[in-house]
Amino acid sequence: MTGAFPPEASVYAGQWDRLFAVLATVSALVVLLIFLLIVGFSIRYRRGSRAPRGFLPEIITNELELTWTSATAIAFLFLFWWAAVQQLHNIVPPKNAIELHVVAKQWMWKVQQPNGVREINELHAPVGRPVRLIMTSQDVIHSLFLPALRLKQDVLPGRYTYLWFTADKPGVYHLLCAELCGTEHSRMTGRLVLMTPADYARWSAAQPGAENLAADGEKLFRSFGCSGCHAPGANVHAPDLDGVFGRKVHTADDRTVTADEAYLRDSILLPQKDVVAGFKPIMPSFQGIVNDDAMVKLIAYLKSLSAGTRP
Amino acid sequence: MSDAALIYVRHRDKEESYLQHGHTLWSWLATTDHKRIGILYALSITFFFFIGGMAAGIVRIELMFPHGEFLSDDAYNRMFTLHGIIMVWFFLVPSIPTTLGNFMMPMMIGARDVAFPRLNLMSWYIFVIGACFAIFSIVAGGVDTGWTFYTPLSTMFSNGAVISAAAGVFIVGFSSIATGVNFITTVHMLRAPGMAWFRLPLFVWAIYATSLVMVLATPVLAMSLLLVMAERWLGMPIFNPANGGDPILFQHLFWFYSHPAVYIMVLPAMGVVSEVFACFARRRVFGYAMMVYAMMAIAVIGFFVWGHHMFVAGESQYANLIFSFLSFIVAVPSAIKVFNWTATLYRGQITFEAPLIYALGFLGLFTTGGLTGLFLASVPIDVHVTDTYFVVAHFHYIMVGGSVSAFFAGLHFWWPKITGRLYSEAWARFAAIVMFLGFNTTFMPQFIMGYGGMPRRYHVYPPEFQVWHVMSSVGGIVLFVAYTLPLIYLTWSLFYGKKAGANPWGATGLEWQTASPPPKDNFEALPRVKAAPYAYHPDREAPDPDKREPETMQGEMP
Repeated sequence: MTGAFPPEASVYAGQWDRLFAVLATVSALVVLLIFLLIVGFSIRYRRGSRAPRGFLPEIITNELELTWTSATAIAFLFLFWWAAVQQLHNIVPPKNAIELHVVAKQWMWKVQQPNGVREINELHAPVGRPVRLIMTSQDVIHSLFLPALRLKQDVLPGRYTYLWFTADKPGVYHLLCAELCGTEHSRMTGRLVLMTPADYARWSAAQPGAENLAADGEKLFRSFGCSGCHAPGANVHAPDLDGVFGRKVHTADDRTVTADEAYLRDSILLPQKDVVAGFKPIMPSFQGIVNDDAMVKLIAYLKSLSAGTRP
Repeated sequence: MSDAALIYVRHRDKEESYLQHGHTLWSWLATTDHKRIGILYALSITFFFFIGGMAAGIVRIELMFPHGEFLSDDAYNRMFTLHGIIMVWFFLVPSIPTTLGNFMMPMMIGARDVAFPRLNLMSWYIFVIGACFAIFSIVAGGVDTGWTFYTPLSTMFSNGAVISAAAGVFIVGFSSIATGVNFITTVHMLRAPGMAWFRLPLFVWAIYATSLVMVLATPVLAMSLLLVMAERWLGMPIFNPANGGDPILFQHLFWFYSHPAVYIMVLPAMGVVSEVFACFARRRVFGYAMMVYAMMAIAVIGFFVWGHHMFVAGESQYANLIFSFLSFIVAVPSAIKVFNWTATLYRGQITFEAPLIYALGFLGLFTTGGLTGLFLASVPIDVHVTDTYFVVAHFHYIMVGGSVSAFFAGLHFWWPKITGRLYSEAWARFAAIVMFLGFNTTFMPQFIMGYGGMPRRYHVYPPEFQVWHVMSSVGGIVLFVAYTLPLIYLTWSLFYGKKAGANPWGATGLEWQTASPPPKDNFEALPRVKAAPYAYHPDREAPDPDKREPETMQGEMP
């Protein structure tokens, strides 16, 4: 790392730097123009100078004003368009992304790899493959800041937020908290470790606790008693969860919601919120029973039911 | 009253300035004279400027080293929070409107006072009560939430004196609202005969636009702080998700006030420099009507861009797109104003007195601050640089580089009118130049390290940023000197400065057509307005090189 100039660890970071450079150049030119005009006018039209003033032509007022107003507006619209295009290209993550769960708390980052490996204040990820982070907080608002990828996203309590990236340069980079979160905010930092896919596979296999997140989730699904009602053939009338993830769900109050991570989480903690049409609101809340770690595993299990690959 | 008595009254007024009208402390504390209230405000905000400045100084010293050398984590968090809260609500928001606005606006429209003189005094007392709460929260150990009071940190997790600080800001808001209502009414009702809307000096327009924003936006701040207090104090479930609340709701409410608040800080500055550029270039302000429309456009569109503070907060990407678009739009009128001020210098007869140097400083710094605002309006760029030093540098360029430079421009421009004395021109020019250089040395490095990924509100930071922090701190020392100098030479001028006379700059406004310092009732007899402002030269002709007097003064004295 040289000076304050952050390394580019993804193609996106390169695009970002280009947009930034263009804006910086345009701004510098405008500042230079204003500066030259001010200095020029100050010298030429200083009191008592010989520069001719004469009568002011009409064109100086109206047409000039119209010109720079529309020129400015068009320039701004162009910049908006360029930035918006870049933003829109990156809204939807690719389908085959590796999913990492991030849980923030005062004052540490907890990361869970797809194979159940847990890390604290470190985030290992392979280059060359899309990686999606599913993030939540246990207390206040934090913000995951990965400067090498030019990415940042607030991490909220009681809600999921997401980030995704495809990195292309292995290395060790900063991982920072960017939202003031209390006393040790400036110490809530860690390392983003980007590795080649081979190194990443070796690393993750060598970690203790390397199990399948979804398999852990299945165990919890039984031990919390979810399977008592949700298993096929159970006595209680509860929705079948096979393939639930990503499905459109009709609710009893006639809305349609997509069963994403947030929906599954809410259905476990606040089951009365989105009752599925045709079912009675009989499910108890698991607030205080299912913690964030267990939630990560349960959701991983439920997702695996949709992928068609039971663990 | 008989004619003889009238003559007597006039005669007495002529001799007695507002400063001589009562010498007791009570005559100040119970005054309803807008000029004296302006001075009460000026003393209060100067006090807070130096408190907030000291906090900034401690922060900058701490940041010279990357490992958190002097302060504990909590002490550091409390220090920048103190700096933010004091500077925003106890200095910047009231700065120009309550001092120069209070003093000058009624005189510039040819009125004897504001519409509600007692309400005006009450505004100051409300300010003082709010300030007491703020000082109490400092003494009680401080607050560590940042000036933004983000929930649920502020309501559930912070262990600072959040309630008293929020109460202080809540109370001070009412002072803003009262001042705003007062100024709006004054501009509507008390303009002198002939003072049509499009003859108003741009400073009056600026104060009018600011007052509208104050009256419309400040209640939202009051609501959001009240809700913070309700959750923290009474445990009402509002923002804390553990109780089913919504933490983002607070940010929406807060920025719905705090973005327009930026315009509360910068619109008056735009008004001040418009007066100064015209006077020292001896030119009519270029595109007067466009300047008015631009200010009103900023005041209105400023209400629709708050979402650009929340691009990474979990807002929908499509909402981000709309807020991004509106943020680019709101920059257009600001850009027009920059071009118009520059064009005002064209074909002028420019002299470089201190107010103009401060105003030129404003122009450079405001332009830089405005252009970097475009970076932040672009969603992808904002994602990387928000909550870094890039943002810190950006808003200091607008609020300190812009507003504070303009405040000094206005203070120096109207100082002879307010006090009747001239300050040392050489020292004032020197301070203006040092301020400009010191400001850039302090904040330009912050753009660079922000781009590099240096997060704000960190006192333990990656060591590669140290070189930029040291530069910034050195600039801070220069800036401290520059801000202290006016305190010395302006105070000096009160005792030893030359008598100014009614109109030392040869300016056209009504405020210059009465004695310096003005009599208690501003004018011996109310003026009639016969001309547009800034008639320094005949329309469409260039200013006369030999004659410093304006072509037409705005008012006609009976």
